[in-house]
Amino acid sequence: MHKYILRRLLMLIPVMLGVSFIVFTMMYITPGDPARIMLGESAPTEEVEKFREELGLNDPFFFQYGRFVKNLVIHQDIGRSYTSKRPVTIEILSRFPNTLKLATLGIVVAVVLGIPTGIISATKQYSIFDNAAMVAALLGVSMPNFWQGLMLILLFSVHLGWLPSSGFSSYKEMILPALTLGTSSAAIITRMTRSSMLEVIRQDYIRTARAKGQTESVVINRHALKNALIPIVTVIGLQFGYLLGGAVLTESIFGISGVGRLMVESINARNFPVVQGGVLFIALTFSIVNLMVDILYSFLDPRIKSQYK
Amino acid sequence: MTINQKLLEIKNLTIHYITDEGTVHAVENMSIEIGKGETLGLVGETGAGKTTTALGIMQLVPNPPGKIIGGEIIYEGENLLGKSPAELRKIRGNNISMIFQDPMTSLNPVMTVGEQVAEVIKLHQKVSAAVAMIKAQDMLETVGIPEERHKEYPHQFSGGMRQRVVIAIALACNPNLLIADEPTTALDVTIQAQVLNLMKSLKEEFQTSMIMITHDLGIVAEICDKVAIMYAGNVVEYTDKVALFTNPKHPYTIGLFNSIPNIEDDVEKLKPIQGLMPDPTNLPSGCPFHPRCPKAINVCSKKLPKPIEIAKDHFVSCILYSDR
Amino acid sequence: MADVKIVKKKRSQWMEVWRRLKQNKAAMIGLFIIGVLVFTAIFADFIAPEGYDDQDLYRRFIPPGSKHILGTDHLGRDILSRIIYGSRISLQVGFIAVGIAAVIGGTLGAVAGYYGKRLDNMIMRLMDILLAIPSILLAISIVAALGANLVNVMIAVGIASIPSYARIVRASVLTIKDQEFIEAARAIGADDFRIIIKHIIPNAMAPIIVQATLGVASAILSAAGLSFIGLGIQPPNPEWGAMLSAGRYYIRDHWHIATFPGLAIMITIFGLNLFGDGLRDALDPRLKN
Repeated sequence: MHKYILRRLLMLIPVMLGVSFIVFTMMYITPGDPARIMLGESAPTEEVEKFREELGLNDPFFFQYGRFVKNLVIHQDIGRSYTSKRPVTIEILSRFPNTLKLATLGIVVAVVLGIPTGIISATKQYSIFDNAAMVAALLGVSMPNFWQGLMLILLFSVHLGWLPSSGFSSYKEMILPALTLGTSSAAIITRMTRSSMLEVIRQDYIRTARAKGQTESVVINRHALKNALIPIVTVIGLQFGYLLGGAVLTESIFGISGVGRLMVESINARNFPVVQGGVLFIALTFSIVNLMVDILYSFLDPRIKSQYK
Repeated sequence: MTINQKLLEIKNLTIHYITDEGTVHAVENMSIEIGKGETLGLVGETGAGKTTTALGIMQLVPNPPGKIIGGEIIYEGENLLGKSPAELRKIRGNNISMIFQDPMTSLNPVMTVGEQVAEVIKLHQKVSAAVAMIKAQDMLETVGIPEERHKEYPHQFSGGMRQRVVIAIALACNPNLLIADEPTTALDVTIQAQVLNLMKSLKEEFQTSMIMITHDLGIVAEICDKVAIMYAGNVVEYTDKVALFTNPKHPYTIGLFNSIPNIEDDVEKLKPIQGLMPDPTNLPSGCPFHPRCPKAINVCSKKLPKPIEIAKDHFVSCILYSDR
Repeated sequence: MADVKIVKKKRSQWMEVWRRLKQNKAAMIGLFIIGVLVFTAIFADFIAPEGYDDQDLYRRFIPPGSKHILGTDHLGRDILSRIIYGSRISLQVGFIAVGIAAVIGGTLGAVAGYYGKRLDNMIMRLMDILLAIPSILLAISIVAALGANLVNVMIAVGIASIPSYARIVRASVLTIKDQEFIEAARAIGADDFRIIIKHIIPNAMAPIIVQATLGVASAILSAAGLSFIGLGIQPPNPEWGAMLSAGRYYIRDHWHIATFPGLAIMITIFGLNLFGDGLRDALDPRLKN
């Protein structure tokens, strides 16, 4: 097991190198001269040229990428923000807790809504509840979350005045963003839970459990759910990644100062190092979450555990 | 037949599966009984309604699409069909238990085998979890699984060993009636004999009555006292083992015997039953066997024959014997 | 001879799929929505009461009513007309982005699955790298690099969804490639290219079609999301996400500006999802619960 985790952690290195290469290349080909941006529109051309030389922007592409990776690995340094002049790592780390909190709350909303709904839908297949839940889930998947956020603001802030429309420090302020971000994942998890449970309920071992005289609730919640959870957990892990990405939109609707909003601002300001850092950071978080999901599998499924040895 | 006390009596049991494609008459008007300590063989081809009968007794027919249309299942004087779910749960696994056909899929893959045996013990006996686990280990030992393996998961066992676990679960609460649904079909031939011998000795040890569902007349000869032959949901012949083997009466039963290779008889060719099992949603009129029956006459397609007692306790549902 | 037979069988297989699909009410509702949308997009010039950029500052913020069914926006443009023209952009983005993703992803997946070994390893590791970046973030970075316009949004959204097609196609190629009819084709001397094009791709079609239908939906969503944060289709083009984004600043006093474009997106995605789900069930009845 430890060996497996170690191997997976080692496998993260090439993946992150690949991500850094993609991100670096994209920022490299992005139009706009960083030196010019940093010095401002009015700076004389010679001065900009001198500054380019200083920054190493005239070096060949791979030379620049090599330097980028070297700084990343040795100094955990991914450059300085063009606008604030602070190290990118600090810029991102100061905003990251909000993004992580938002994505976590979103996934909590999704799991708390999705799994029970999916279970009830599966056990009462084709009932009114099931049909209503499935239509709701499909609507949930179909709703753009930025629109849903606006509609929630319209209803709960503008009309009812119950909840604030921006901010992210009190629990009251977190409700709408978490709902906005979590809805589509809740819908996906509902659908996954339902189909996975339906698959499991048909299995022979469920009949065995009933033949033992076991109560229906234990049959469903222990025998069936534990087996059905394996694909559900995969989906939850993937959804967490989407939520980290989707936070970009949610943060900008609710004015939350997180990594997503920082990135959008940085793109508009051509503040490349921050964009690079943001993508790298979120990709790393996502990869670690996926690794944790894989480790969680082995606790759910003894068959997988024996493969890891 | 001896003056056995009746343990289970099935009267006119009818079970249908109602689907979009039509109604499947899985079990039609079935009547059989099992005395204490007795073993009844339920024989027939795939789709004849054997498993549905078993699930009917357990009240585990998947609903929808399955529905018990009518009849009675009387266990120790009480009709199971009138019982509440809670009452039924007390009977399942405790008084009546079942061994399923496929050991590869009958065990929960995410629970240890010990847990799965202990579960049934804990459900029906007032013991602590720890005691249930110890009893489960004893039970596993009884079916030939070393007790130290109780912490292992189903995927770590072979098919034969898994079937032993299933048997341990079924026998853990010392049931009065054990329903075994083709318990050896999914196993290798060599393992089949082992499992069958194990069941036979356990049955004697625990004094359990048994319904043995099979399509193998060899198993019937080995283990059963009485036999009911089923065809397309109907019991066509019902008698004790000796009468069946020495004096089979129904053309279908005779056909079954003719389909078995026999080393002693020097027959050139086997005589399989002509034709195929009918479409269960669209059974032939009259006797369902008549299109395949070598002795069919005109009436067969018009009237469903009733069981006739041609000798003591030897029932045959065939028009051939009705106009004696 | 044999070829003719296979073709015939194929056709009846698709007829069977269509028959099953027709029985699925939800899928038919989805198909109807998609049909209406395609019709609207094609005949937008005839259906829309006004042009998509007919500004008139004297009639700003008119609420929905008889003259302007869905009201007017902050520049006095008829919202209904803009939504009708917007269907063109959304459908284009959806289909072209999926086209890019399916062709590139499908080819990569087919090559990886068919040739296996090192090539497979290389391609799939590359996909792992792309998958490590949440797709909307990847699309944002690509648009940021290439510049925000319609074509680049299509490319960005397309590239971001390449890995899912590569995985699906690879998986079906892996199951198909060892089957006997491929052996047979190889035995009669068909080369790799022919085997992939003639035999493997058609047999891997079902999962691709399902993924593509659902993919159009998510591509439209992603594109709208990009436009919402100003990295997509630029004004005055009537992209739904961009309209929503412009309307958000007036949400307190003029709710209709942001509401209707979002509703249009939702109905479109809903229709595509209904149809995609139905198609999946029809193509593989075993999966249906």
